[in-house]
Amino acid sequence: MTRTFDRAFAAGVAALALLVPLTLAAITVLLLIDSWPSLTTFGLSYFTTTEWDPVKLVFGAAAYVYGTLVTTVVAVLLAAPVAVGAAIYLTEFAPRAVRAPIAFTIELLAYIPSIVYGLWAIFVMVPVMRSVVEPGLQVTLGQLPLIGKLFSGTPIGLDLLSGGVVLAIMILPILMAISREVLLAVPPTQREAMIGLGATRWEAVSRAVLPYARPGIIGGAVLGVARAFGETMAVTMVVGNSSRDISGSLFVPGYTMASAIANQFVEADSDLYFSAIVEIALVLLLVGIIVNGVARVLIHRSIADRPAGAVV
Amino acid sequence: MTVTVTAIAPTSTIPMRHRVVVRRRVAETVIVGLLLVATLVAVALLVTILGYVILRGLPAINVAFFTERPKPFGEVGGGVAPGLIGTLLLAAVSGAIAIPVGIAAAIFVVEYRSGRFSAPVRFAAELIAGLPSIVIGVFVWALLVRGLVGHYAAIAGAVALAVIMVPIVARTVEEVLKLVPNSLREAALALGAPRWKVILRIVLPTARAGVLTACILALARSAGETAPLLLTALGNDFFSTDLLRPIGALPLAIYRYAISPYDDWHTKAWGASLVLVVVIGGVGMLLRVVARQRVR
Repeated sequence: MTRTFDRAFAAGVAALALLVPLTLAAITVLLLIDSWPSLTTFGLSYFTTTEWDPVKLVFGAAAYVYGTLVTTVVAVLLAAPVAVGAAIYLTEFAPRAVRAPIAFTIELLAYIPSIVYGLWAIFVMVPVMRSVVEPGLQVTLGQLPLIGKLFSGTPIGLDLLSGGVVLAIMILPILMAISREVLLAVPPTQREAMIGLGATRWEAVSRAVLPYARPGIIGGAVLGVARAFGETMAVTMVVGNSSRDISGSLFVPGYTMASAIANQFVEADSDLYFSAIVEIALVLLLVGIIVNGVARVLIHRSIADRPAGAVV
Repeated sequence: MTVTVTAIAPTSTIPMRHRVVVRRRVAETVIVGLLLVATLVAVALLVTILGYVILRGLPAINVAFFTERPKPFGEVGGGVAPGLIGTLLLAAVSGAIAIPVGIAAAIFVVEYRSGRFSAPVRFAAELIAGLPSIVIGVFVWALLVRGLVGHYAAIAGAVALAVIMVPIVARTVEEVLKLVPNSLREAALALGAPRWKVILRIVLPTARAGVLTACILALARSAGETAPLLLTALGNDFFSTDLLRPIGALPLAIYRYAISPYDDWHTKAWGASLVLVVVIGGVGMLLRVVARQRVR
């Protein structure tokens, strides 16, 4: 009697638990089936052309991929120095009593829902971008050769740059939290040995602590990239959602892959149009799986046990 | 020529070693200063965002805000009660789906570790946790909105939120179950208790606080989700508790109000944001404080 019940219980637990891999499989299969018409019709040209025309039924998502890449790169470039800098300050230099409270405060940013970032961005950030930041960038960095082109065009505030900035704020807490965790996992002997040799605190940090923590910090950045890649609401609200060209400027309204789904999913009125949108989701799924896998390996390697004092 | 020589002369009288020390000290100060600036920037961002949500949101908060449904276009007044009820209902239903599955997945991974499917369950949970929520929205749309239900419905929104919550519950509970000492399990098994009894009567009660934390955390996280709801629950300005009809939710209301042209609606969006942030942030902060005390 007891044995039968024990088996039934185990079977029940297994059945519920197996729903998890089953769900992942179902997500992959359903997205594959739904994007099949688009996959077979457009093939690789889906990623190389920018024409996205529901009337002519021609779909190329290159502009969306471009918008996602640009906003993600902007986000990581802006967030990484701030997040890693704050993490270093809070593990190595700040007065001991304030370390944990300040880190905790910054991590609270992670609890703010995406939609609230979007609201804040529309009404507070975008006007500042339009009237102060973007004109300012134009008269300074915009005058330089080569990178000046990034800042050409009319500053409107609803553009790729704003999308990147709001993403930067959103990935900041996860980047900082992981960097901090990785830095805390560096054995104290690393610092002590270097300081014992007469190094200053910063020299010890930059030569003995950071190299040790590097894989983990990079892993955190990759995880930030994964977040930024699929982030939808806040970006959709400020990225402009209009231009479908690749212009090379950050001051043009763009589209990201996720915002294209959010904006057009309900409008899709033909099978091929719908299928083309689902293909975006399929790409996000595959990229999400790959990027998360890479990030986890890197972070795990950095926090996992290593012989104390080993410099990598 | 002579000018350069006189300019260099005084410094060159300082011994080389001292100059190096000074340069290192200056570099140290500058860099620590920059690191401090980075920290202050991060804190300032949080303060600014929270400050705006509180200052702009507070004027929207009154009794009608919590009890009435939205007024028609252009009319001032009304509230977000349907969204509030929708969010609560979605949380209840998605929790009822996700919590058993998530806990079962954790039990399966920790307590039935030897099983062949433990690793795939854990791995799948990690991968789902990393998926963009809009992708989950598209999946549930295809499965329920187009498939089983046939139209936009609250139940589809709840399932989408459940898919987001399961990995959070599973992975947090897994960590908690691992903290339960093996000696407890062994003692119970030695007394002849069957496996199910060990799990339900010994392991889970021991880990009770942690399991509860995991569930609350997952609920709080899912309460702010918007993108998947756009494709599943759709939104509804009328009071509804029908699982087979579209339903409102606070994040959906914020989205609609934020992109509308009406000032009164903008205020409502800030008000709804304030409610969300207070609930989610409050829960998050509480859990952290409780967790820290337990560690001590």
